[in-house]
Amino acid sequence: MNPILEVRHLKKQFAQLTAVNDISFQIQPGTCFGLLGPNGAGKTTTIEMIVGLTEPTSGEIFYQGKPRDQVFKMEAGIQFQSTSVMDKLTVAEILTLFHSLYHKRTNLPELIEACELGSLLSQKTTKLSGGQKQRLMFALALINDPQIVFLDEPTTGLDPQSRRNLWDMIERIKAQGKTVLLTTHYMDEAEILCDTLVIVDRGGIIAQGSPQELLKQYFDHFYVSLDRVDFESVMGTWPEPVIENHEQIEIQSRSVEVTLQNLQLQQVNLRSLRVRNPTLEDLFLKLTGHSLRE
Amino acid sequence: MNKPLARHGQIIWALFVTRTKEFYRDRGALLWSMLLPICIVAAIAFAFSGKEQVLFKVGVYQHGTATTIAEPLLKQPYVQRVDYENFEQALLRVQHHQLDLLLAADQPGKYWINESSAKGLAAEKLLLAKVDDDPSWSREAVSGQQVRYVDWVIPGVLGMNTMFGALFGIGFVIVRYRKNGVLKRLQVTPVTPLEFLTAQVLSRLLVMMITATVVYVGCDLFLSFVMLGSYLTLILVAILGIFSMITLALIIASRTSSEELANGLLNFVSFPMLLLSEVWFSLDNAPAWLVAVSQCFPLTHMVQAARDIMINGADFMAVSHHILVLAVMSGVFLAIAAYLFRWNER
Repeated sequence: MNPILEVRHLKKQFAQLTAVNDISFQIQPGTCFGLLGPNGAGKTTTIEMIVGLTEPTSGEIFYQGKPRDQVFKMEAGIQFQSTSVMDKLTVAEILTLFHSLYHKRTNLPELIEACELGSLLSQKTTKLSGGQKQRLMFALALINDPQIVFLDEPTTGLDPQSRRNLWDMIERIKAQGKTVLLTTHYMDEAEILCDTLVIVDRGGIIAQGSPQELLKQYFDHFYVSLDRVDFESVMGTWPEPVIENHEQIEIQSRSVEVTLQNLQLQQVNLRSLRVRNPTLEDLFLKLTGHSLRE
Repeated sequence: MNKPLARHGQIIWALFVTRTKEFYRDRGALLWSMLLPICIVAAIAFAFSGKEQVLFKVGVYQHGTATTIAEPLLKQPYVQRVDYENFEQALLRVQHHQLDLLLAADQPGKYWINESSAKGLAAEKLLLAKVDDDPSWSREAVSGQQVRYVDWVIPGVLGMNTMFGALFGIGFVIVRYRKNGVLKRLQVTPVTPLEFLTAQVLSRLLVMMITATVVYVGCDLFLSFVMLGSYLTLILVAILGIFSMITLALIIASRTSSEELANGLLNFVSFPMLLLSEVWFSLDNAPAWLVAVSQCFPLTHMVQAARDIMINGADFMAVSHHILVLAVMSGVFLAIAAYLFRWNER
């Protein structure tokens, strides 16, 4: 299948800073593609170059196999991390304004219902909470019934319930067959929503694939964690790699059964035992040596 | 993919309605823009409604023998001498009671007064006393309705109000839109810079015309000022004057997202206009270079044309040079603004 969007050797230089350094990727239609990385990794700059807000220093961007033109502008929906709308207008007036800017439009009542904006229509935009404002911005990104939707850190700053609501909305637009490009620094968000992702750090791609593929490729173990105090007696002689945290330790275990047998054999207290799979956060830490949230 | 003309119209209309609603809902700004000029004019009317000043104003057309002959009069401390290079202009001042007496260098022995002006008749007596009732001096009578200072200043105050409304109204809005990301959001829609700017200009023009009309009517109710010319010509001058100042503001707001910088630049433009565009006082006595500088400001042409229409009854042809200058300024400013405009700072 031909990619809906393709980026080749994209680079952006700001004076001494290389914000994006030779990034290339393809996005297949109908998938959710994630750009995962810490703040300052170059995710927003990449999106801004793709949607035409910033000129790339070098590189090429293709939409439907061709360089972007007015068709791209008509068929793309965008939610920025930090934008605003006119102050003294109501939600209904903002929706009507943006609806009228496009030739091809979505059904407004359906959009209002899908984004749960019905009870907010007469509300001034300045009076909206963080989650309500994100829902409005999300609705604006969908107002032209786009083929491809760009969501730049859509859940940053939201409470857990609002995040879940937004995830549900993203799942719904994925179910409609739309393509989504999502940037986030939340690994759980990327794992849940993205079919494919690239992990970026300091402007460059450090890993690329589906979340499952990536985890499979880089990890062949599980994590078994215990309170440090319970593990202290066997710490120096344990045969598997052990990561020491403040009050806990994590054993990198290739076989949970074998590790559990060994722990029982050594008469380690198992009251605090937990087992978990590796996450994208672990992957990022492994690849870069620093945490996603740094 | 080119948009049909109707689509451009729909987009401009949608943005125009939006911006106009925003202004209409900013009740504080709306009231202030209408009340302030009425308060200023009322204060001026009150300040100048007391006793007449004892000072006589004597106009002198060119320098020469006449001034020598009348030197004893002109040297009196209670006489203010005003030199003119344009005789018609000086005569108009006599007609409007703004000059009490006029002397002309090329017509010695003649003086002009308005016979309906008490101060004019008194100035005549003073002149004749100072030239020892020389019978060779003859009176040339002119007639005309008295123009009070408040009549003279009203076009200036109206112009000043529209200048501030046009410059700061549109300048700050665009800078604020850029700062808080509204322009960034619009940039990724099919809206073009020209559509956006057209909608902003038209909305501001409408708002300023309504505001100016309310202020005009409000001042007239209080003061019943002089309006001798055509309302149509006055409206044309107002539209072009406001349009030129809006486009000037667009240049200032074309790139920055700093409200502080925009404020500084807007003040840098507005204060010289406030001082040199004959809003409060005439530049009759000013050096020629200062008069030349004042001709570079759109407000000067707007105020001079409006004043000419209102207190001299000038018709379209008489103010056509001002109209032409305002139209050219508007076109040039708009072209520069469209060239410089950026949705965002980068």
